[in-house]
Amino acid sequence: MRTKNAVGRYGEDLAARYLVGEGFAILERNWRCELGEIDIVAREGDTLVVCEVRTRRGLNYGSPLESITYRKLTTLRRLAGRWLQTHQLKPGAIRIDVVAVLFDQNTAPSVDHVRGAA
Amino acid sequence: MPLAQTWSVALVGLEGHLVEVEADIAQGLPKTTLIGLPDASLSEARDRVRAAVVNSGERFPDRKVTIGLSPATLPKTGSHYDVAIALALLTAAGVIEARWLRQTAIIGELGLDGRIREVRGALAMTLAAARSSFERIVVPELNAGEARLVPGIEVYGMRSLRQVLAMLRGTEIPDEAPPRAEPRLLSESLTRVPEVDLDDVIGQREGRRAIEAAAAGGHHLFLHGPPGSGKTMLAERLAGLMPDLSTDDSLEVSAVHSLAGLLTNDAELVVRPPFIAPHHTASLSSLVGGGSGMPRPGAISCAHRGVLFIDEAPEMHPLTLDTLRQPLESGYIEVHRSAAVAKFPARFMLVLAANPCPCGLSGTNQGICTCTPQILTRYRQRISGPIKDRLDIQRQILPAARSAADGETPESTAVVAERVKAARDRQVVRYRGTGWILNSEVPGPVLRREHPLDTASHKLLEDLYSAGRLTARGFDRVVRLAWTLADLEGIGTPTIDLTHQAFQLRTGEPLTPLADARSLKGPTT
Repeated sequence: MRTKNAVGRYGEDLAARYLVGEGFAILERNWRCELGEIDIVAREGDTLVVCEVRTRRGLNYGSPLESITYRKLTTLRRLAGRWLQTHQLKPGAIRIDVVAVLFDQNTAPSVDHVRGAA
Repeated sequence: MPLAQTWSVALVGLEGHLVEVEADIAQGLPKTTLIGLPDASLSEARDRVRAAVVNSGERFPDRKVTIGLSPATLPKTGSHYDVAIALALLTAAGVIEARWLRQTAIIGELGLDGRIREVRGALAMTLAAARSSFERIVVPELNAGEARLVPGIEVYGMRSLRQVLAMLRGTEIPDEAPPRAEPRLLSESLTRVPEVDLDDVIGQREGRRAIEAAAAGGHHLFLHGPPGSGKTMLAERLAGLMPDLSTDDSLEVSAVHSLAGLLTNDAELVVRPPFIAPHHTASLSSLVGGGSGMPRPGAISCAHRGVLFIDEAPEMHPLTLDTLRQPLESGYIEVHRSAAVAKFPARFMLVLAANPCPCGLSGTNQGICTCTPQILTRYRQRISGPIKDRLDIQRQILPAARSAADGETPESTAVVAERVKAARDRQVVRYRGTGWILNSEVPGPVLRREHPLDTASHKLLEDLYSAGRLTARGFDRVVRLAWTLADLEGIGTPTIDLTHQAFQLRTGEPLTPLADARSLKGPTT
């Protein structure tokens, strides 16, 4: 359990660093409410980006992006709404992104960013 | 490049339509959609292509992938789009170059491990690609033989997706285990002309005459006689008497056989007239063609330019047998299904064989027939009038024990085939410029006007007609047959003796010289 959490945490750090490199401003990380958790809330221009990070240590159980289900997307949409409600912000647009982090043996971890997952 | 296209071929009947296969890779979570009216086997292409791409050592794009097959309104069926889909996808993903693929048609089914498996109808598909002036076509290695029969297009026979990718990248083409041919359907054995010779047939002077005339003029044939008398034996030797197919016919017949999955792996053109013998329990759609969605050719199309032999014809369902009427007239069959209307060629020589009655003893000296009159009537009614009417030659085949006394040494297939060839050549010369090549194809009025019989022969038939022994339609049929007999003799016009023999062949009477048959009274035909 420990290892798994640590890998997930490390993946989120990598993802955040990647997004900053892409010109995103990170607003908040690991925001929780009773609906669930948003991994990263960021801003790109006047677009609010709710970002889910998926980390995997291999492709044996499918690619990290494939692990996003319809149910998860629905949750993310509702979380985005709740986050806006609590923060009283009026962004120009809202988007849900997914960042996949893959730690493959022997190679540097790879980051794959999907804009507008839903 | 997030968008790419390749080309493949859809078949409607024997007609090929070029299909553009587009792949679009868009932002979004991984999901693959296949659009453009795919049927169930084609929808599964998504999963086959994914597995094949991954198992060929490539990455399947982790994005929203849309595969479009256009024209979108044409229903598409079958698994032969797999390779085209995989290559469009990998081009869109930027893995391979698009340039070479622009002038290339691609067909082939993918195995999950990336093997390219053989498909049906490769010959017709290659023809379509060549006609649309594609420079080359990629086909499964097992189909390369038949595809190479098409002139004017370069054929690449490939064993696996890995090999295709290596060729596109210009790297060394990896060696793969040779593909194993699919086990052939049982029906394949029926398409081979049995290797039998006419000199195996002892006696049967009349039977031999009948099949020789049938082969020479393309006349449909009805053989009846007790079990074991040699009906099947004669029918099997009929295709052997016919000359090789012309180049055009050969390509057409091969295309039908390719679609029906009957071509062998060492794919050569079908050059001999096919011999197809469906069982009398054959269903309607297996005979005329059919299948759900996209129609496939049936037995009558496989017998195109050859012989369709139905043994125990009265045992076949009368409705099934009656469906042969239209193709017998037109030489093709149109099969209508929800997805499309397919037209297949079906110009075959029909040979029906039957027992004289259900017990098989009627009219023989081998025992006493136990069938009641009602049973006999019902049995004989099972071959309908319109079908019987199209059978130019009727012949009773009696067991050799009775007719072997003829005492002649039987002629071999080669000798008779020579005569048949000469007779056919005479017909081609006579009907040059008309589009007909066989006596059996020429309409009665044309024959009467352009190639009339001599007065004596005509008088004979007129007398038979007035005596009620010949119907108006039967009249024309006898004239055609008389011409065939004359062509076999190599003489200019039918003599009265040949005309009389044609009449006997048509009505099923014993072949006796004209002098013995002065009485014109007898049953009507």
